[in-house]
Formats: sequence, C-alpha cells, structure tokens
Amino acid sequence: MLGFLKRPIVVTAEVNLNMVSLTVASLLSRLWCLSYPRAVVFDEVYYGPFISFYMNRVFFLDDSGPPLGHMLLALGGYLGGFDGNFLWNRIGAEYTKNVPVWALRLLPALAGALSVPMGYQIVSELRFSHCAAIGAALLLLIENALITQSRLMQLESLLIFFNFLAVLSYLKFFNVQKHSTRYMGIFTYLLVLCVAAIHAWHLIGDQTLSNVRVLCHVFARAVALVVLPAVLYLLCFYVHLTLLYRSGPHDRIMSSAFQASLEGGLARITQGQPLEVAFGSQVTLKNVFGKPLPCWLHSHQNTYPIIYENGRGSSHQQQVTCYPFKDINNWWVIKDPERHQLVVSNPPKPVRHGDVVQLVHGMTTRFLNTHDVAAPLSLHAQEVSCYVDYNISMPAQNLWRLDIVNRQSDRDTWKTILSTVRFVHLNTSAVLKLSGAHLPEWGFRQLEVVGEKLSRGQHESMAWNVEEHHYRTSQEQRGQELELHTPMKANFSLNLSFMARFLELQWRMLTLQSEEAEHRYSSTPLDWVTLDSNIPYWLNPRSSAQIHLLGNLVIWASASMATATYVLLFLWYLLRRQRDIHDLPEDVWQRWVLAGALCGGGWAVNYLPFFLMEKTLFLYHYLPALAFQLLLLPLVLQHTWDHLCRTQVQRGVFSALVVTWYSAACHVSNMLRPLTYGDRPLSPGELLALHWRDSWDILIRKP
Amino acid sequence: MLCASGRLLAARAETSLFAPPGGRGPALRFPRRELHFPGQLNPPLWDSLTGRLTRHNASPHRRVILKWGRMQPAVGRGLAGSELRLRKSRCGSRAARSVGRDGAIQATARSPKPPRRSSRRFEEVGRQALLALVTLLSFATRFHRLDQPPHVCWDETHFGKMGSYYINRTFFFDVHPPLGKMLIGLAGYLSGYDGTFLFQKPGDKYEHHSYMGMRGFCAFLGSWLVPFAYLIVLDLSKSLPAALLTAALLIFDTGCLTLSQYILLDPILMFFIMAAMLSMVKYNSYANRPFSAPWWFWLILTGISLTGALGVKFVGLFIILQVGLNTIADLWHLFGDLSLSLVTVGKHLMARILCLIVLPLVLYMAIFAVHIMVLNKSGPGDGFFSSAFQARLSGNNLHNASIPEHLAYGSVITVKNLRMAIGYLHSHRHLYPEGFGARQQQVTTYLHKDYNNLWIIKKYNTDSDPLDPSFPVEFVRHGDIIRLEHKETARNLHSHYHEAPLTRKHYQVTGYGINGTGDSNDFWRIEVVNRKFGNRIKVLRSRIRLIHLVTGCVLGSSGKILPKWGWEQLEVTCTPYLKQTLNSIWNVEDHINPKLPNISLDVLQPTFPEILLESHMVMIWGNNGLKPKDNDFTSKPWHWPINYQGLRFSGANDTDFRVYLLGNPVIWWLNLVSIALYLISRSIIAIAMQRGAQLSTKVEELTRVLLQGGGQVLLGWMLHYFPFFLMGRILYFHHYFPAMLFSSMLTGILWDTLLRLFAGGLASSSLAKSVHATGILILILGTAYSFYLFHPLAYGMVGPLAQDPKSPMAGLRWLESWEF
Repeated sequence: MLGFLKRPIVVTAEVNLNMVSLTVASLLSRLWCLSYPRAVVFDEVYYGPFISFYMNRVFFLDDSGPPLGHMLLALGGYLGGFDGNFLWNRIGAEYTKNVPVWALRLLPALAGALSVPMGYQIVSELRFSHCAAIGAALLLLIENALITQSRLMQLESLLIFFNFLAVLSYLKFFNVQKHSTRYMGIFTYLLVLCVAAIHAWHLIGDQTLSNVRVLCHVFARAVALVVLPAVLYLLCFYVHLTLLYRSGPHDRIMSSAFQASLEGGLARITQGQPLEVAFGSQVTLKNVFGKPLPCWLHSHQNTYPIIYENGRGSSHQQQVTCYPFKDINNWWVIKDPERHQLVVSNPPKPVRHGDVVQLVHGMTTRFLNTHDVAAPLSLHAQEVSCYVDYNISMPAQNLWRLDIVNRQSDRDTWKTILSTVRFVHLNTSAVLKLSGAHLPEWGFRQLEVVGEKLSRGQHESMAWNVEEHHYRTSQEQRGQELELHTPMKANFSLNLSFMARFLELQWRMLTLQSEEAEHRYSSTPLDWVTLDSNIPYWLNPRSSAQIHLLGNLVIWASASMATATYVLLFLWYLLRRQRDIHDLPEDVWQRWVLAGALCGGGWAVNYLPFFLMEKTLFLYHYLPALAFQLLLLPLVLQHTWDHLCRTQVQRGVFSALVVTWYSAACHVSNMLRPLTYGDRPLSPGELLALHWRDSWDILIRKP
Repeated sequence: MLCASGRLLAARAETSLFAPPGGRGPALRFPRRELHFPGQLNPPLWDSLTGRLTRHNASPHRRVILKWGRMQPAVGRGLAGSELRLRKSRCGSRAARSVGRDGAIQATARSPKPPRRSSRRFEEVGRQALLALVTLLSFATRFHRLDQPPHVCWDETHFGKMGSYYINRTFFFDVHPPLGKMLIGLAGYLSGYDGTFLFQKPGDKYEHHSYMGMRGFCAFLGSWLVPFAYLIVLDLSKSLPAALLTAALLIFDTGCLTLSQYILLDPILMFFIMAAMLSMVKYNSYANRPFSAPWWFWLILTGISLTGALGVKFVGLFIILQVGLNTIADLWHLFGDLSLSLVTVGKHLMARILCLIVLPLVLYMAIFAVHIMVLNKSGPGDGFFSSAFQARLSGNNLHNASIPEHLAYGSVITVKNLRMAIGYLHSHRHLYPEGFGARQQQVTTYLHKDYNNLWIIKKYNTDSDPLDPSFPVEFVRHGDIIRLEHKETARNLHSHYHEAPLTRKHYQVTGYGINGTGDSNDFWRIEVVNRKFGNRIKVLRSRIRLIHLVTGCVLGSSGKILPKWGWEQLEVTCTPYLKQTLNSIWNVEDHINPKLPNISLDVLQPTFPEILLESHMVMIWGNNGLKPKDNDFTSKPWHWPINYQGLRFSGANDTDFRVYLLGNPVIWWLNLVSIALYLISRSIIAIAMQRGAQLSTKVEELTRVLLQGGGQVLLGWMLHYFPFFLMGRILYFHHYFPAMLFSSMLTGILWDTLLRLFAGGLASSSLAKSVHATGILILILGTAYSFYLFHPLAYGMVGPLAQDPKSPMAGLRWLESWEF
C-alpha cells in the first residue's frame, strides 16, 4: 500500500542555461525604460482608441484584423487600471496621469521578448545545432526594428509571437493552437496546415498502421488544426461581442438589427416599438446596402429642377433622396390604397408579402411615385419622386407591391428591423433602389434614389428595412403618436443570435473599404527588403531624442542573402537529386527541406501577399516575414559549415567570417540604439552620421 | 492536396512500370527502366515486369482479351506503341456500334476472335466517319440561321466596329490585343464588307451591309471547338464513347452555340485555346518519338496557337500557363531519366524554348507590327496614347508637325500628364465653389485639345514680355524657378495651404492673380526627372516635375473626376508626398515660340519596342479601369458554373427577336455534378492507393485515365476559372466559356470511366457492356433532348415571355434569375 514510500522521491530538473540567459537578455532589451516616452508614439494613435473602446465597452469595427490583438492590448489596460479616458488625437501627445503606459506596453513587449527563446527552440526542434539556435536567438535579440516595434502598443510583436508559437507547437507535435491577431496570421496558419497535410499524407501511406489508427490520426489532426482554431476564432469574437455591448461611433455602418442589439443608440428608440408593420404605420426606411453611406429614404419640399445642367428635362416633382442623417423628413406612412385614413385601425391590419401599398411622406403628405422619366444621374433608370399634381397629362403612379426578401412563407408579415423588403412598382415593375450617386447642389448632395427598370438580379441596394416604427391611432391625435397595446413588442437584443452578429461583423470587416490610402511614411513591399525607408515614430518635443522604426542594415542584408542562398542551394540539390546524385544524406536533406518549408515558407507567406494588397503599407508589415528570415539565416550558415566547407582550413576561415559578421551586426545595432530607444538626445552631427541612406527620414532640427 | 495526390500517384505509376503521363509508349521505356533499377531490383517488381513482357511477347491481344474478358477496356497503354493503334481502333468502332445499336454489341460479344485486317480497315474508316459526323453536326448547328437576327447583337457593336476600323485604317484603342479584331476585319474585307456600317448600338439593322462574312468566320472557328474537344478526349482517354459524349455536350450546349454565332472575340479565343490544348496533347503522345516530324509539327503548332490565344485576349495567358506547367513537368521527367544524356535533355529544353517561347514572342510582336502598320490614320484612340506616339498617325495635329525643340521663356505650351488618360493641364473661367478651398479659378486636367490648355512660361521675377525681339532668347533650364500663366485668362498657376477639393490631404491648385501679377505662391521650380541641373528642357521627351516653391509640394493630378461644378474634368492637386509617381510627372506637348527654329517631330518618333510597351501599358490600364459600380448587380464568378444568369444578346420584350446567352442547364448542371463527382472519386482512389490497396489491372488502367487525362482537363478548368475570383475588373457570364469547354471534357472522361468501373464490377461481361453503352447513350440522348427544349434561346424566338403558356420557352424558366 505504501510501497511508493520505499523509493526516494527524486526531482530531476534540467535547466537550459542558454534559454534562461537569452530570455533574461531579451526581457531586459524589451522592458528597459518601457514607459518612456510618456507620449503617443506613431500607431499607438491608431490602436489607442480601440483600447479606450474596450475600457468603455463601446462597440467598434476595425478592418485590420480579428479582435484578439486589440483585446490583448486592452487586457494590459485593464490590468493597469486604465479607465479609457484619453483623447488619442495626435502622435506626440503627452499621456495624462490616468494612462498606465507601462501596463499597456507590457504585453507586446513580453511577446517580443519571448519570441527570442522561441526562435531558439524552433531551430533546435528543426534538429539543427545549438550554435545555430543561439545564433537565431541572438539575431532576434539585437534586431533594432523588432525591439522598437515590440516596445510600443502595436500588434506586430504579438503576431510574430503567435506565428512562432504555431510553428513551434507543430514542430513539438503538440496540438497546434493558432490564433491570429491580424489577417496576416492566416497565411502562417495555412502554411502550417499544408505542412501538416503533407505529413498526414505520408502517414496515410504508412502501411504498417491499421486503417482505424490512420483514421484516428487524421481525425485528431483535423480537430487540432481545423476545428480548434475555428472554435478559438469564434470564441475570440464571442468575447469581443460580449465585452462591447454599448453603442458607439462605428454603429452606423452596421445593419439596423445589429445596432438594435447594442445598448444605447438605436436600441433606445427601437426597444418596445411594435414588431409588425400595419397599414397606417409610421416608419423610417433604411437602405440595407448602405453604400457609399448608410442612409434613410427621404423627401423634402424641393422639386427636381425643370431643366438639368446638361439640358435634359425632369418631371419637376418633389425630390426623393436617401439621406445619411436622422431627420423628420425620413418618416413615411404605409397606406392601404383602399382606405383613406392614414392611421392604424384597431385591431391593426398587418402588411404582408405581396400586398399593395402606398408610401406617404409624413411631412408633405405626398405619395411616393415613379414614372417613365429618366432619373437625374442614372439615365438608364426611372426617376422617383413624390407626386405633385400639376394637372398635366402625367397621372400619379404610386402603387407599390411589397416583396419581403427574407420571408419564411408567402403570407409572412412585414416586421420592423427584421424584414428586408423590396418595393416593386405596380405599373412599370421598377424596383426602388439606391443608385449610390450624389445629387448635385440642387439636391443638397444627398444620395440619388431611382426605380431600376430591369431587375437584373437581387442586389442589396434595392433592399430596405424599417428602422423606427410607430402606430398612429386616430386623426384627432395627429402629431402625437399613441401606441396601441399590442402583444407583439420587439426586443431585438434577444432576437439576434451570436452567429448572426458574428457573421455580419465578419462580413463588414472584410468588405469595409479603407479610406484614402496615402501616408507620408508608407512604403512598398520592394522597399522593405533593401530597407529603403524608415518610419520616424516619435520626436521629443524639447530635445532631438527620437524613435525610429529602423532595421539593422547588416542583419537585413544578410538575411535576404541567406534566403537567396537557401533557394539557390535547394534548387541545385533538387536538380542533382533528379539526376540521382545525392549530395546530402537522406535525413539531412529531409531536415533541410523542412527547415526551408517552415522558415523560408514563413517568410514567403508573410511577405508575398503584400504585393497583391491595395491598402496602405508600412515598413512594420515586413517584420513577421523578417523574423522568419532570421531563423533561416543561421540554418544556412550551419549548412555551409557542415556540408560546403570541406577542409579544416575552410571551416576555420568560415568561422572567423561569421564571428566578424556578427560583431559588425552588434556594432551597427549599438550605433542605432539611440534611435531605437530614443533615450538620449543626439546632436545634429550625430544624426547626420546616422543618415546612412538618402531615402531615410532622420529628423534634424534646424538650429 | 489534389496536385500532391496526382504527383504521388504518378510516382507510383512509374514504379509499377506503367507508361508515365502523356502516354509515352512503354516499348522505349523498358530498357531505360532496366538502367534505372540495376542495383535495387525487388523481386515482385521484376516479376511483374517479366510477366508482362512475356505476356506481351507471346500473343498480345489474345492473352489480354482472354484475361480481361470480352469487354475491352478502351485504355490501351500497357502494350507497345504499334499495338495502341490497333486496339484503339477496334475498341473505337465497337463503342461506336454499341452506341448505335444493341444488337451490334451482342454480335461482337459472341465473336471473341481477333479482328481481321479488312475489318480493321473498316473500323478505321468508321472512326474517320464518326469524326466527320461530329464535325458536320457541329458546323450544321453553328451555321443554322446564322443570318438571324439581321441586326447588331450585344458586343458586335464593339468588335464589328473595330473590324471596320481596320478596314478604314483608323487608329482606335481597345483593352484586348489586336489579333481577334484584325481577323474579324480581314474576314469582313475578304467577304466584301466595306467598313461603312457604323455599329452604333445593339439593335441597329444591317440592311444592305454585308455582315455574314464576319459572322461566318466566327461561326467557322467556333465550329471547330467540337472536333477539337473530341480529339483531345479521345487522345487522353483512348475511349470513343468518352469523346462522343464530350462532343455531344458541346454540340448541344446552347451557350457555346450562341457565343459562336456572332461577331465576337470569344469563338476566336476558344478556337486558339482548344487548338493549343489539342496540339499539346498530340505532341505529348509523340513523346516516344522525340524530334520526329510529327513531334515538331505539333510542338510548333502549340506555340502558334498560344500566340493566337494571347493575341485575342489576355485570358490566353491561362492556356499558356497550362502548357507551361505541362512542359515543366515533362522536362522534369526527362531530366530525371538517367538514360538520357544531359545533351539530349538540353536539346529537349532548347526545342521547348524555341517553339513555346521564342516563336510565340516573335509572332506576337509580328501581330502588333501589322496592327500598327495597318492603323495609320488618326482616330478615336489617339488621346489614350503619348504625344510621341500620336505623331505617327496621319490626321493627328502632331503628324508631320514641326515645333521648337527646347523650351524658352515666353513659349506657349501645353503640358500633358504622363499617366495614361489624365490629359492636359487646363484652367477655365470658373471658380471653385463654396466649401472647396479658396474661391479662386479652377485648375483641372482635360483629355481633349482645347485653347484653355495653353500656358505661357514666364520668369518668376520679371513681367517683361520675353517675346520682345530686343531680348535674346533665354532657355528654361532644369532647376529654374518659373511662373506658368494661363494664356486665355492671364492667371498664374497657384497653390497654397488649402486642402484640395477631393483629395483632402493634398493642397489646392488654383489660377490666381490679375494679368499675370500674383504673389509668391505662383512660383514653381521646374525639374527634369533624372537630369543634371542646368540642362535645357526638351519638348515631348523631357519628363518634368513642377515643385511649388513655398509649400514644397509637387504638382500632380489625382485622376479623380470632379463633380458637375468642375465639368467632370479631373482634379489637379499639389501633393506634399514627394514619391515619384506618374501622376506628378508631365511633359510638354505643343510648343509655340516664334523666336525659335522648328524641328521636325519625326526625330522623336518612338521605336517599335517603345510602341509595344506603351500599347501594353495602356491596355492594362484600360482593363484596370473597368471597375464595377458598387450599387449595381454584377455577375460574380460563382454564378457561372451554376448557370445562374445569362446575357441578353438581342431584344427584351415579347415583340422583339430575342436571343439569350445561357448554357443548356442540363449540360451545365451535369458538368457541375461531374466536377464534384470527379473530386470525390479522385480522393477515394488517391487514398486507396496511398493505403496500398491492390487494384486489378483493369481498374488500375481506368483509374490512370481518370487521374492523368482527367487531371489535365481539370487543371485546365481550374486555370480558366479560379483566376477570375481575383480579378477586380467587371466580369461577365461569357468569361466562363473557356472553362466550360474543359469542364465538358472532364464530364466526358469521368462518366465513361465511371460507367466502365461500375460495369466492370458486374458478373457478366455482356451485361457490363450493355450497361456501359446504355449509360452513355442515355447521357447523349438526354443532352440532345434538352437541346431540343432550349434551342430557341440560341436560334432566337419571338412571342410571349416564358410566363405565358404559349411561349416557346413555357415551363422552362427553371430559375427565377433567367430573363426570358
């Protein structure tokens, strides 16, 4: 029973001092003076507001990536007790007392610091020597750009950390848990997935395993590599949406249903309004597509000009537009063509799919109308107006058939916010549509609304939904709306499931068009490899101390050379193997290929997609790719030493060269240190001495 | 995943001693293999090899027939090259007969004797007859009612017009390379069309103009698609039923038919794509006789067809990619074949480079040379091209013009932006409206020639008239500080710290000052890109930048269209970002200075490579410019394979003659199902083989056809389809048709193989044969019947729309989105 006592209890600890010292050194390099400067540095001005949004629980939308990165930054703020009250308005603004700068910068810095020992581990796991592993870690440690980037509230160091984590975990053959802080992370994920798929394929081919075993293996990998990341991704959004439950400035581009699920904002208005639209209801109609701007169907007293600037005529009837702001003129009454009253009967008669309705503009009591007159800007489509009877031979054509797009059955009722509807004109079968063009001066630059004659397929710009909704009961109480007691009250915060909200958010994030893409310090992917540009991050307002995102030239150049060397050597070996000349033993070759696939592949997938992207690009986008390149560099060096240097003399010379090269890198790193940490002011002479390239932007104050 | 499995499978196939992809005959390969495995002969491998060899040597077809039963698989790869032909032919005729009549199957089934010489010849004739029949049917369907409707349909308005431009030799601009339109023009010219019809808009009646030559030419090329597909499938699968099924799918597809009947680029493009594919397959099949005459013939023909495809539309790049991938794989295998010396491999490589790179490039340039030589008159395309280019067009005001070479103070000039389709620096007597910076005179760029494009170069500090004859001529030099005065309004080009009307991060550019007197914000430094200070500035050739002295910004055009108040001209801004882009580089075009001697512009004429480069830049720019509007419904690539929506070629209402481009839904949905089925069966086979499943020889033969032949065609489909998902330009339904051809070939191969596999599992071989024959027959008859139902779409219809029971299409509008 107590047999276990018969043996001594032994704890064997194995401490890899390499790892420990590397970790300590990298922590020192990343955390030293972390809260300096106490001012907004470059892209902190971009990420800062998101942290504040998290602190205030206000909903926001950022198209740069899934919210994990933002959330981690906010976690730092949460732990540091940040209350979210800071106006992130310009780079260089001093932080107020309530901003816990150290805590906010801590997580990225830690991630940056931990990447160094992880680099060491990856190289060892690739079964290269400890020398190579230390080499990789040291390169990551002294690379100035990586240091700068991880000391600030920015996401690249987190991205690098998770990239490395994914590769390392796969290498260690644990379950891979791949998070992505930005959409760039997905490329590393796909790379790991490909490598895993090839390994799994070999596994399937291994005929010593039984079918069941193979099935289990494949299944386990699928769960670990596909299902788990998907679940984590969803979880991340779940937390995001749970945390952010208040309405905020980014609501506008979301659908009405989404907005109504947030606290404050639209929900305050829509909460408790009647669910089913009835004849006599007063409504505002929002366009579902909402591009170029989210807007509501609108009309006003002004009429279309008799003659347009290009000499064409109009109907001169009242303008109908789409207006991007809330306005009393956005209200319409749904009228039953058979009845005269503009009020809801008791009990209310709900409007159903296929019903014919008239839309009466609330303020002017004119009827929504369209006819065979070309629209002001979209000539192929019909003009939409509010009908004014000029007593000429132009009769009113104001009957519209209601078409509920997302109906469950053909007798479905029209529901506030939830139903997406189209209005089909009875006489001409034109569909009410937002054309997307801005009207000129006479239309107050509001958006043009037209009747699209040929319904060339469904488009969201033809779909509308009711946003605000009231019942009006009797004519005597005109002006003040009294709501009938109906059992169908809307409660939209419960109506929208997480999946619906997630899908909408995801869709909007992917389709959000970023604004004008031009920045003084933006650069192109080709500039990055040669380090043709830098980014001045911060300048001390009183002295010439400054922080730049600036890489170590020696390291960048040698990393690119190493990548090129790898590719050339790989092709050379491959060609020779095809001719049945095996230069390398099989296991060395396998290792060489795997190392290249992960490190070289990691560089390629984190770099090449930028050539296809149309958004504004900055030097820091290259850092994840660079990190992978830095892992590849010592591998190539070791390979050269092992297999290309044949004599002892060659090896001696090569070692000496490597040592010289590394000292040079350290020297350069040290020279650039003042620009990395921005810790001491530099004289103009010193700055000029650092201005190694004409294309670099070093800020020199004129005396 | 798929590629990987394909490759692994190929590797497997090699080790188990079958012919490598492309059907290289094994007769030549066996000795190589012996060289390859001298040291590592594993007994089972060697056994199978010798076994096969003895079987081969003893009595080839009898043994095989006895072993495989009476139903011959159409795949004859395991036997020597000479055998191939024989078995192919026999099987072919059998399948033909089986397609024809069940009785025939019974007859053959009862006589297992090897066919005699006379019957072989008979079968050879039968095969030719089938090919002829397929071709004839194709021509018949394509030429039937070709003259209807006698008015302009859809894009005929563009391509017909462009054909006329060639006949009239006027210069025009189009986003596609010129070959297709040149051929249309040639066809029109030869058939007596005089180029006078205007092709203004769809629906215009041709009346007395001869249009049948052009339509006939397109239909002629379009008709060849069917025999080409037939031959490709026959070569890839060695199975007549598969080829017949493919041919039937294409003959009876209303979409292919419609697209081939009008003056369009698509039939020409598809002709070249299929020709390239066919010649590639053919030269692959001659791999056992490299450098023989037919090998060279097909290789060269591949190169020529590739040029043709690329010369019609840039979509031709996809087939080039396919041929390229095939060639690389091919070379890689040759390189790995140790029995071939490196010299031989080098020869192979050189042959490929010569025929597939050099020859197409030369031909492609020749096409452009002809294009440029033919179009020598000024026309609607001038404005898209640079000033130097325009100088070669007769009728253009730069043609044979002579102007002073170097810029001097007092010169009157026009300044053109180097970026395509931006135009000339322009100003006019209208102010920027309220809310758009300072209310000063607008400065824009304008695409057309106009008096308001004229500017006078003045010194920044003096106002004296430099044209006064008493002053000596003073040239403007790189780095000089100048003032640009608008000639018509006498206002200076001006900029200041107000934001530009549309590009808010840039500064506004205005016309300022009265009679040339302004302020220091009118001063600009003129710089020549990549030149030393102090150099003179050349007309047309110098690329100049204008840098605003006070703010340090650079004059440029953002390329954005101003609203109505700016007459929809383009915005001009002063950009503080100093990066060199074409938007901020200008050149001087017109130049008037009476004090300077004129030189002829001919010395500035661009060379042919420059013209070629410029034409391509303009075409790429044009393609990128075709962006869809946000708020309009546009065709998406995922709509296409499901036949979601067609295109109206002609007419919309019930009284019109209506033609509607829509794929035959039966065929298209069959294709769609086939792709899914193919992927599934391919994965199953790949996993089974990776797990080392033992397949019978027969099944293995069939799966190889499925994997290799089917794989090639699937690759073609993917290459012609998936790139469209990445394209930002506006897309149309007809872009899918090249992919559809490949998809139909896949369907043919897939169903034939699957039916054989299925039938092979049946107990009795006669039953198996009839099952296979019936299956193919049902598919062919089904497509034919669906063609009978849907043919009004292609041949045109009048009368009520499909909702009406009296309509020819009543009850056939299976999808809401079809518009007929």
